[in-house]
Amino acid sequence: MKSIEPACIQQLLDQLKGQEVYIHLEMTTGAYAAHRGEAKLAATAFITNATVTYSQGLIAGDGPYRVGLKTAHGWVFAQGLTHWDETETTRLIAAGHDPDGKLVVALQIAQEPFSSHEED
Amino acid sequence: MDPKQILVVLAHPDDEGIIGGTLMEHAQQGAKITYICLTLGEMGRNMGKPPFATRVSLPKIRRQELKEACQLIGIQDVREFGLHDKMVEFEDQEAVADRVLEVIEEVKPDLIYTFYPGHGVHPDHDACGAITIRAVAKLPADKRPVTRCIAMTPGSYAVLGQPDFVNDVSDIVDLKIQAIGAHKTQFQLMLGNYSQETKDRHRHERLWVYRF
Repeated sequence: MKSIEPACIQQLLDQLKGQEVYIHLEMTTGAYAAHRGEAKLAATAFITNATVTYSQGLIAGDGPYRVGLKTAHGWVFAQGLTHWDETETTRLIAAGHDPDGKLVVALQIAQEPFSSHEED
Repeated sequence: MDPKQILVVLAHPDDEGIIGGTLMEHAQQGAKITYICLTLGEMGRNMGKPPFATRVSLPKIRRQELKEACQLIGIQDVREFGLHDKMVEFEDQEAVADRVLEVIEEVKPDLIYTFYPGHGVHPDHDACGAITIRAVAKLPADKRPVTRCIAMTPGSYAVLGQPDFVNDVSDIVDLKIQAIGAHKTQFQLMLGNYSQETKDRHRHERLWVYRF
Protein backbone atom coordinates (compact mmCIF):
# COMPACT_ATOMS: atom_id res chain seq x y z
CA MET A 1 0.00 0.00 0.00
CA LYS A 2 1.26 3.41 -0.96
CA SER A 3 -0.16 6.89 -0.77
CA ILE A 4 -2.10 7.61 -3.92
CA GLU A 5 -0.20 8.96 -6.89
CA PRO A 6 -3.01 10.50 -8.96
CA ALA A 7 -1.25 10.14 -12.31
CA CYS A 8 -0.89 6.39 -11.78
CA ILE A 9 -4.56 6.05 -10.81
CA GLN A 10 -5.57 8.06 -13.87
CA GLN A 11 -3.54 5.76 -16.10
CA LEU A 12 -5.34 2.69 -14.70
CA LEU A 13 -8.74 4.38 -15.04
CA ASP A 14 -8.00 5.08 -18.69
CA GLN A 15 -6.74 1.55 -19.24
CA LEU A 16 -9.97 0.02 -17.85
CA LYS A 17 -12.34 2.43 -19.61
CA GLY A 18 -14.86 1.37 -22.29
CA GLN A 19 -15.10 -2.32 -21.37
CA GLU A 20 -17.13 -4.39 -18.94
CA VAL A 21 -15.25 -4.38 -15.62
CA TYR A 22 -15.88 -5.79 -12.14
CA ILE A 23 -16.24 -3.27 -9.34
CA HIS A 24 -15.94 -3.53 -5.59
CA LEU A 25 -17.30 -0.43 -3.89
CA GLU A 26 -17.56 -0.19 -0.15
CA MET A 27 -17.97 2.19 2.71
CA THR A 28 -18.00 1.24 6.37
CA THR A 29 -17.93 2.62 9.90
CA GLY A 30 -17.03 -0.86 11.14
CA ALA A 31 -19.39 -3.34 12.73
CA TYR A 32 -18.42 -2.26 16.25
CA ALA A 33 -18.69 1.51 15.75
CA ALA A 34 -21.86 1.85 17.81
CA HIS A 35 -20.76 -0.77 20.39
CA ARG A 36 -17.54 1.14 21.08
CA GLY A 37 -19.24 4.53 20.98
CA GLU A 38 -17.21 5.77 18.01
CA ALA A 39 -20.37 6.56 16.10
CA LYS A 40 -24.06 6.60 16.87
CA LEU A 41 -24.77 4.22 14.04
CA ALA A 42 -22.80 1.24 12.72
CA ALA A 43 -23.30 1.34 8.97
CA THR A 44 -21.73 -0.48 6.06
CA ALA A 45 -22.58 -0.82 2.40
CA PHE A 46 -20.73 -2.78 -0.20
CA ILE A 47 -21.32 -4.23 -3.60
CA THR A 48 -18.85 -6.76 -4.80
CA ASN A 49 -18.23 -7.86 -8.38
CA ALA A 50 -20.89 -5.65 -9.91
CA THR A 51 -20.21 -5.25 -13.61
CA VAL A 52 -20.18 -1.80 -15.15
CA THR A 53 -18.84 -0.12 -18.24
CA TYR A 54 -17.72 3.49 -17.88
CA SER A 55 -17.09 5.95 -20.66
CA GLN A 56 -15.08 8.35 -18.51
CA GLY A 57 -13.18 7.82 -15.28
CA LEU A 58 -11.37 10.60 -13.47
CA ILE A 59 -9.48 11.11 -10.24
CA ALA A 60 -9.91 14.51 -8.57
CA GLY A 61 -8.73 16.38 -5.48
CA ASP A 62 -5.42 17.03 -3.75
CA GLY A 63 -5.65 14.09 -1.37
CA PRO A 64 -7.63 12.44 -0.05
CA TYR A 65 -8.89 11.85 -3.56
CA ARG A 66 -12.22 11.37 -5.29
CA VAL A 67 -12.92 9.08 -8.22
CA GLY A 68 -15.97 9.34 -10.49
CA LEU A 69 -16.88 6.87 -13.24
CA LYS A 70 -19.49 7.88 -15.78
CA THR A 71 -21.68 4.98 -16.88
CA ALA A 72 -24.37 4.84 -19.56
CA HIS A 73 -27.15 5.61 -17.07
CA GLY A 74 -25.41 7.03 -14.01
CA TRP A 75 -22.29 7.29 -11.89
CA VAL A 76 -19.99 5.41 -9.58
CA PHE A 77 -18.38 7.62 -6.95
CA ALA A 78 -15.89 7.23 -4.12
CA GLN A 79 -14.49 9.97 -1.88
CA GLY A 80 -11.77 9.77 0.72
CA LEU A 81 -9.31 7.58 -1.17
CA THR A 82 -5.81 7.73 0.35
CA HIS A 83 -3.95 4.54 -0.61
CA TRP A 84 -3.50 2.20 -3.54
CA ASP A 85 -1.69 -1.03 -4.26
CA GLU A 86 1.20 0.10 -6.43
CA THR A 87 2.11 -3.48 -7.41
CA GLU A 88 -1.06 -3.87 -9.50
CA THR A 89 -0.61 -3.10 -13.18
CA THR A 90 -3.96 -4.16 -14.62
CA ARG A 91 -6.35 -3.58 -11.71
CA LEU A 92 -7.14 -0.57 -9.57
CA ILE A 93 -7.06 -1.39 -5.85
CA ALA A 94 -7.66 1.81 -3.92
CA ALA A 95 -8.95 2.58 -0.45
CA GLY A 96 -9.30 5.34 2.08
CA HIS A 97 -7.76 4.69 5.49
CA ASP A 98 -8.27 6.78 8.62
CA PRO A 99 -5.26 7.84 10.73
CA ASP A 100 -5.42 4.48 12.57
CA GLY A 101 -5.07 2.61 9.27
CA LYS A 102 -8.68 1.44 9.35
CA LEU A 103 -10.40 1.13 6.02
CA VAL A 104 -13.32 3.51 5.57
CA VAL A 105 -13.89 3.39 1.83
CA ALA A 106 -12.72 1.10 -0.98
CA LEU A 107 -12.87 1.20 -4.75
CA GLN A 108 -11.54 -1.64 -6.86
CA ILE A 109 -11.82 -2.16 -10.60
CA ALA A 110 -10.67 -5.22 -12.56
CA GLN A 111 -11.26 -7.16 -15.74
CA GLU A 112 -11.74 -10.38 -13.74
CA PRO A 113 -14.01 -10.88 -10.72
CA PHE A 114 -12.45 -10.39 -7.28
CA SER A 115 -12.22 -13.58 -5.25
CA SER A 116 -12.09 -13.47 -1.48
CA HIS A 117 -11.33 -17.12 -0.82
CA GLU A 118 -8.85 -18.10 -3.48
CA GLU A 119 -6.24 -20.66 -2.42
CA ASP A 120 -2.71 -19.42 -1.86
CA MET B 1 -14.64 -32.22 33.21
CA ASP B 2 -11.63 -33.41 31.29
CA PRO B 3 -12.52 -32.99 27.62
CA LYS B 4 -10.60 -35.03 25.06
CA GLN B 5 -12.05 -33.55 21.92
CA ILE B 6 -13.19 -29.96 21.57
CA LEU B 7 -14.99 -28.22 18.74
CA VAL B 8 -14.77 -24.44 18.39
CA VAL B 9 -17.16 -22.70 15.98
CA LEU B 10 -16.48 -18.99 15.49
CA ALA B 11 -16.93 -16.45 12.73
CA HIS B 12 -13.63 -14.67 12.11
CA PRO B 13 -9.92 -15.36 12.46
CA ASP B 14 -9.04 -13.74 15.84
CA ASP B 15 -12.36 -14.65 17.52
CA GLU B 16 -10.53 -17.61 19.10
CA GLY B 17 -8.44 -15.11 21.06
CA ILE B 18 -11.47 -14.25 23.21
CA ILE B 19 -11.18 -17.71 24.79
CA GLY B 20 -7.49 -18.16 23.96
CA GLY B 21 -6.42 -18.92 27.51
CA THR B 22 -9.11 -21.53 28.05
CA LEU B 23 -8.27 -23.23 24.75
CA MET B 24 -4.55 -23.20 25.62
CA GLU B 25 -5.31 -24.95 28.90
CA HIS B 26 -7.38 -27.59 27.09
CA ALA B 27 -4.54 -28.15 24.61
CA GLN B 28 -1.97 -28.38 27.42
CA GLN B 29 -4.15 -31.01 29.09
CA GLY B 30 -4.00 -33.05 25.91
CA ALA B 31 -7.35 -32.24 24.31
CA LYS B 32 -7.57 -32.22 20.53
CA ILE B 33 -9.16 -29.02 19.25
CA THR B 34 -10.98 -28.65 15.94
CA TYR B 35 -11.79 -25.05 14.97
CA ILE B 36 -14.41 -24.19 12.38
CA CYS B 37 -13.75 -20.63 11.27
CA LEU B 38 -16.71 -19.57 9.14
CA THR B 39 -15.10 -16.67 7.27
CA LEU B 40 -11.65 -15.21 6.70
CA GLY B 41 -12.67 -11.83 8.09
CA GLU B 42 -11.90 -10.40 4.68
CA MET B 43 -14.18 -7.37 5.21
CA GLY B 44 -12.36 -6.26 8.35
CA ARG B 45 -11.49 -2.58 8.64
CA ASN B 46 -8.13 -2.98 10.30
CA MET B 47 -5.47 -3.19 7.62
CA GLY B 48 -2.36 -2.59 9.74
CA LYS B 49 -0.99 0.74 10.90
CA PRO B 50 0.21 2.15 8.57
CA PRO B 51 -2.04 0.07 6.31
CA PHE B 52 -0.25 -2.83 4.61
CA ALA B 53 -3.24 -4.94 3.56
CA THR B 54 -5.80 -4.37 0.80
CA ARG B 55 -9.24 -5.89 0.34
CA VAL B 56 -7.55 -8.26 -2.10
CA SER B 57 -4.64 -9.33 0.08
CA LEU B 58 -6.47 -9.31 3.43
CA PRO B 59 -7.99 -12.82 3.27
CA LYS B 60 -4.62 -14.39 2.47
CA ILE B 61 -2.90 -12.42 5.21
CA ARG B 62 -5.60 -13.31 7.73
CA ARG B 63 -5.40 -17.01 6.81
CA GLN B 64 -1.69 -16.90 7.66
CA GLU B 65 -2.33 -14.99 10.88
CA LEU B 66 -4.93 -17.60 11.84
CA LYS B 67 -2.40 -20.39 11.28
CA GLU B 68 0.13 -18.68 13.55
CA ALA B 69 -2.42 -17.95 16.28
CA CYS B 70 -3.65 -21.55 16.24
CA GLN B 71 -0.11 -22.88 16.53
CA LEU B 72 0.47 -20.72 19.59
CA ILE B 73 -2.80 -21.82 21.20
CA GLY B 74 -2.39 -25.49 20.32
CA ILE B 75 -5.29 -25.84 17.89
CA GLN B 76 -4.28 -28.62 15.53
CA ASP B 77 -7.23 -28.81 13.16
CA VAL B 78 -8.61 -25.68 11.46
CA ARG B 79 -11.57 -25.95 9.10
CA GLU B 80 -12.21 -22.91 6.93
CA PHE B 81 -15.87 -22.89 5.92
CA GLY B 82 -15.27 -20.26 3.24
CA LEU B 83 -18.33 -18.10 3.95
CA HIS B 84 -18.12 -14.43 3.03
CA ASP B 85 -17.38 -12.08 5.92
CA LYS B 86 -20.51 -10.17 7.10
CA MET B 87 -22.77 -12.48 5.07
CA VAL B 88 -23.17 -15.40 7.48
CA GLU B 89 -26.75 -14.47 8.45
CA PHE B 90 -27.73 -14.34 4.77
CA GLU B 91 -26.59 -17.88 3.96
CA ASP B 92 -29.00 -20.82 4.05
CA GLN B 93 -28.90 -21.36 7.85
CA GLU B 94 -30.06 -24.96 7.65
CA ALA B 95 -27.39 -25.85 5.09
CA VAL B 96 -24.58 -24.32 7.16
CA ALA B 97 -25.93 -26.00 10.32
CA ASP B 98 -25.78 -29.33 8.47
CA ARG B 99 -22.14 -28.69 7.60
CA VAL B 100 -21.41 -28.00 11.27
CA LEU B 101 -23.31 -31.16 12.23
CA GLU B 102 -21.17 -33.19 9.82
CA VAL B 103 -18.06 -32.02 11.63
CA ILE B 104 -19.68 -32.77 15.01
CA GLU B 105 -20.41 -36.30 13.85
CA GLU B 106 -16.90 -36.68 12.49
CA VAL B 107 -14.85 -35.43 15.45
CA LYS B 108 -17.37 -36.29 18.22
CA PRO B 109 -16.55 -33.42 20.58
CA ASP B 110 -17.34 -33.64 24.28
CA LEU B 111 -17.29 -29.85 24.53
CA ILE B 112 -18.24 -27.09 22.07
CA TYR B 113 -17.39 -23.38 22.13
CA THR B 114 -19.33 -20.80 20.11
CA PHE B 115 -21.05 -17.42 20.47
CA TYR B 116 -24.20 -17.01 22.50
CA PRO B 117 -26.93 -16.26 19.90
CA GLY B 118 -28.16 -12.71 20.36
CA HIS B 119 -25.15 -11.72 22.47
CA GLY B 120 -22.42 -11.58 19.87
CA VAL B 121 -22.64 -7.85 18.99
CA HIS B 122 -21.41 -8.59 15.45
CA PRO B 123 -24.17 -10.07 13.23
CA ASP B 124 -21.76 -12.79 12.05
CA HIS B 125 -21.20 -13.79 15.68
CA ASP B 126 -24.93 -14.07 16.35
CA ALA B 127 -25.50 -16.09 13.19
CA CYS B 128 -22.51 -18.30 14.02
CA GLY B 129 -23.91 -19.04 17.48
CA ALA B 130 -27.42 -19.67 16.16
CA ILE B 131 -26.11 -22.03 13.45
CA THR B 132 -24.04 -24.00 15.96
CA ILE B 133 -26.94 -24.27 18.43
CA ARG B 134 -29.17 -25.37 15.55
CA ALA B 135 -26.66 -28.08 14.62
CA VAL B 136 -26.28 -29.36 18.21
CA ALA B 137 -30.06 -29.30 18.71
CA LYS B 138 -30.39 -31.82 15.88
CA LEU B 139 -28.73 -34.42 18.12
CA PRO B 140 -30.83 -36.38 20.63
CA ALA B 141 -30.84 -34.52 23.98
CA ASP B 142 -28.62 -37.09 25.69
CA LYS B 143 -26.01 -36.92 22.92
CA ARG B 144 -25.52 -33.15 22.92
CA PRO B 145 -22.06 -32.01 23.96
CA VAL B 146 -21.89 -29.28 26.60
CA THR B 147 -21.95 -26.02 24.65
CA ARG B 148 -20.21 -23.04 26.21
CA CYS B 149 -20.98 -19.64 24.71
CA ILE B 150 -19.22 -16.31 24.51
CA ALA B 151 -21.48 -13.33 25.29
CA MET B 152 -20.25 -9.86 24.34
CA THR B 153 -23.24 -7.58 24.74
CA PRO B 154 -23.12 -5.12 27.65
CA GLY B 155 -26.47 -6.46 28.88
CA SER B 156 -25.49 -10.13 28.83
CA TYR B 157 -25.38 -10.48 32.65
CA ALA B 158 -28.84 -8.98 33.02
CA VAL B 159 -30.33 -11.37 30.47
CA LEU B 160 -28.26 -14.52 30.95
CA GLY B 161 -27.30 -14.20 34.62
CA GLN B 162 -23.85 -14.93 35.96
CA PRO B 163 -21.55 -16.88 33.64
CA ASP B 164 -21.40 -20.62 34.33
CA PHE B 165 -17.67 -20.64 33.88
CA VAL B 166 -15.17 -17.92 34.81
CA ASN B 167 -11.67 -18.96 33.96
CA ASP B 168 -8.74 -17.06 35.46
CA VAL B 169 -5.97 -17.42 32.88
CA SER B 170 -3.53 -15.01 34.56
CA ASP B 171 -0.67 -17.51 34.53
CA ILE B 172 -0.76 -17.82 30.73
CA VAL B 173 -2.03 -14.33 29.86
CA ASP B 174 1.25 -13.34 28.16
CA LEU B 175 1.04 -16.31 25.80
CA LYS B 176 -2.64 -15.59 25.20
CA ILE B 177 -1.86 -12.00 24.24
CA GLN B 178 0.90 -13.26 21.97
CA ALA B 179 -1.68 -15.45 20.18
CA ILE B 180 -4.03 -12.48 19.85
CA GLY B 181 -1.11 -10.42 18.53
CA ALA B 182 -0.48 -13.01 15.79
CA HIS B 183 -3.40 -11.30 14.03
CA LYS B 184 -1.14 -8.40 13.13
CA THR B 185 -3.58 -6.64 10.83
CA GLN B 186 -6.18 -6.62 13.58
CA PHE B 187 -4.37 -6.05 16.83
CA GLN B 188 -1.38 -3.89 16.10
CA LEU B 189 -3.63 -1.03 17.06
CA MET B 190 -5.10 -2.59 20.18
CA LEU B 191 -2.00 -4.26 21.56
CA GLY B 192 0.39 -1.65 20.19
CA ASN B 193 1.33 -0.27 23.59
CA TYR B 194 0.98 -3.52 25.46
CA SER B 195 -0.19 -2.17 28.77
CA GLN B 196 -1.13 -3.48 32.17
CA GLU B 197 -4.71 -2.58 31.30
CA THR B 198 -4.59 -4.84 28.21
CA LYS B 199 -3.21 -7.62 30.34
CA ASP B 200 -5.87 -7.20 33.05
CA ARG B 201 -8.66 -7.26 30.50
CA HIS B 202 -7.52 -10.64 29.20
CA ARG B 203 -7.08 -12.35 32.58
CA HIS B 204 -10.63 -13.65 32.85
CA GLU B 205 -12.66 -15.56 30.28
CA ARG B 206 -16.38 -15.88 30.88
CA LEU B 207 -18.67 -18.46 29.34
CA TRP B 208 -22.33 -19.31 29.55
CA VAL B 209 -23.57 -22.87 29.05
CA TYR B 210 -26.40 -23.01 26.53
CA ARG B 211 -29.59 -24.60 27.86
CA PHE B 212 -31.29 -26.46 25.03
